[in-house]
Amino acid sequence: MSRLQTFRDSYLWYSFRRDKVAIASLVVLVLLVLMAVFAPLIAPYNPYDPEMIDIMNSEIPPAWEDGGTTAFLLGTDSQGRDMLSTMIYGMRISILIGIGAVALQAVLGVLIGLFAGYHGGRLDAFFMRAADVQLSFSYLMVAIFLSAILQAVVGVARFGEIAIPFLILVIGFSQWPQYARTVRASVLAERRKEYVEAARVAGFPSHRIILGQIFPNTLSPILVLSTIQVANAVMSEAALSFLGLGMPIDRPSLGSLINSGFEFIFSGAWWITVLPGVLLVILVLSINLLGDFLRDVFNPKLYKG
Amino acid sequence: MAKLLEVRDLVIRFGLRTGEVTATSGVSFSLDRGERLGLVGESGAGKSVTGFSIINLISKPGYIASGEVNFNGENLARVSPERMRQIRGNRISMIFQDPMMTLNPVLTIGTQMTEVLHRHRPELSREQARDIALDKLRKVHIPSPEKRLEQYPHEFSGGMRQRIIIAIALLTDPELIIADEPTTALDVTIQAEIMDLLMELCEKDGMGLILITHDLAVVSQVTQNIAVMYAGRIVEKGPTSRVIAQPQHPYTRGLIAALPQSSRHGERLNQIPGMMPTLKDMPPGCAFNPRCPHVMEICHRQIPALRPGSNGNMAACHLYPEENAHE
Repeated sequence: MSRLQTFRDSYLWYSFRRDKVAIASLVVLVLLVLMAVFAPLIAPYNPYDPEMIDIMNSEIPPAWEDGGTTAFLLGTDSQGRDMLSTMIYGMRISILIGIGAVALQAVLGVLIGLFAGYHGGRLDAFFMRAADVQLSFSYLMVAIFLSAILQAVVGVARFGEIAIPFLILVIGFSQWPQYARTVRASVLAERRKEYVEAARVAGFPSHRIILGQIFPNTLSPILVLSTIQVANAVMSEAALSFLGLGMPIDRPSLGSLINSGFEFIFSGAWWITVLPGVLLVILVLSINLLGDFLRDVFNPKLYKG
Repeated sequence: MAKLLEVRDLVIRFGLRTGEVTATSGVSFSLDRGERLGLVGESGAGKSVTGFSIINLISKPGYIASGEVNFNGENLARVSPERMRQIRGNRISMIFQDPMMTLNPVLTIGTQMTEVLHRHRPELSREQARDIALDKLRKVHIPSPEKRLEQYPHEFSGGMRQRIIIAIALLTDPELIIADEPTTALDVTIQAEIMDLLMELCEKDGMGLILITHDLAVVSQVTQNIAVMYAGRIVEKGPTSRVIAQPQHPYTRGLIAALPQSSRHGERLNQIPGMMPTLKDMPPGCAFNPRCPHVMEICHRQIPALRPGSNGNMAACHLYPEENAHE
């Protein structure tokens, strides 16, 4: 039986085909991700190229409004950049940071959760108290603190160049307790099962039991958590950028675009803020709905009866 | 030829918060190559902990306080953890009671089998490991093993899973298999199949088998020798047929009388009155004295040693004093 066949017979596929919301959100998400990945091919302009920007084109409304032109379908921002292109590039950055940050959190949190849960004792106590401490204050505070220091140290100009890795690190490090706790809880349940004992009897050293035997059993909560965390990370990045601590305006993410249009919203140029905001909402919503679907499928209490 | 396994004066203790308790004391038995030994007793008699002590995997806070476990002349109670892991699952395999739980639910049978092989024989290629796995599945009579390798544990019945567990135990061609209640969770017809299979495999490959069970019927079919355990001590041992036919120790007699087929139709089933003492409040002297129908004054004072009884079985009972051992 091929892998494809196994998948087609699975409960996941079965319930996916019957869930219109899940299908719709997957389609939307795949479209958005494809747009982000192939941004240079799809976007009509390159918003990073100063040669293509003309300040005379600033604040042109979307094509369907009075004064709009079909050259700029969704209008332009205050610097004369095409909104559609800037949004596509901005989403690219948002998704990149979201996925990068979640990958970092997941690696950190899963490893800590696995080993702390399996070995217990002091190792467990240390990491879980560290997690408690970290969750007890807002990550935004830490992020603001760190980025303020970093901007002061390297200067605002150079900060723009290292903003992406910086945001990935800040969001990644601040959210590992989510993973560590979830994984630890499953490990605590799994490690008492007899297959772990059997693996010990078969002569496996503990790190191989943890990674080879217990880890695959914790994958479904990790998968569900990851979808939620990607959405959270995208939101966090937008929040930080909106506060001016994230992506600089010459390489805007969705958050910094929303921010850049904010001062024009009452002068009638609503599209600079609203359109990236709508895109952000669609992106986050589709990820969250997909996460909800996965949670329903993987929750053994809901489907094993 | 040297014995395959020789357990000598094994003492296992548990360091509990409320104080130390002794789980087994003075347990000695040995096993030749290809020999099948039954370890029999009630729950809590120390059978399983003895089994686990052989591979040095007693769960905390238990530990081997003294005694030797000589496997091919190597004292496993004293070897390094790394050396022990090389022996575990390689030279000595263990089979557990519940086949529903001992397989990892999210990995295919093939993955689980090749993992074990990869661990103990890293020089094997993927194809070679797969071939060995297929060969072992055939040995335990799993039909169409190629297809089965790709399947997950939930796709198998209980009996099939126990076969697969046996196949996994066989992967590295061990010299000794410890089977801890291997058929207790299965229904009776499957029990017989699994026991036949184990016996067949042991005979074919000359593997030693330690069968830990409370089921005398199973032991009598499969094993050549029996050791009966009570409250952490071996109270009787000898060739299976003789122990069953002429039990010496009052506890063994009680066990055999308690088999449903030894009571008459319409009568109540026989049972041994009372309960096994817990590890914490062992009575002084022979641990069986509160339940023994032949209890004497000496039983309260002195723990009987394991001595030859009247028919050559070894029994630990004051009914068989030293002087008339050879009558």
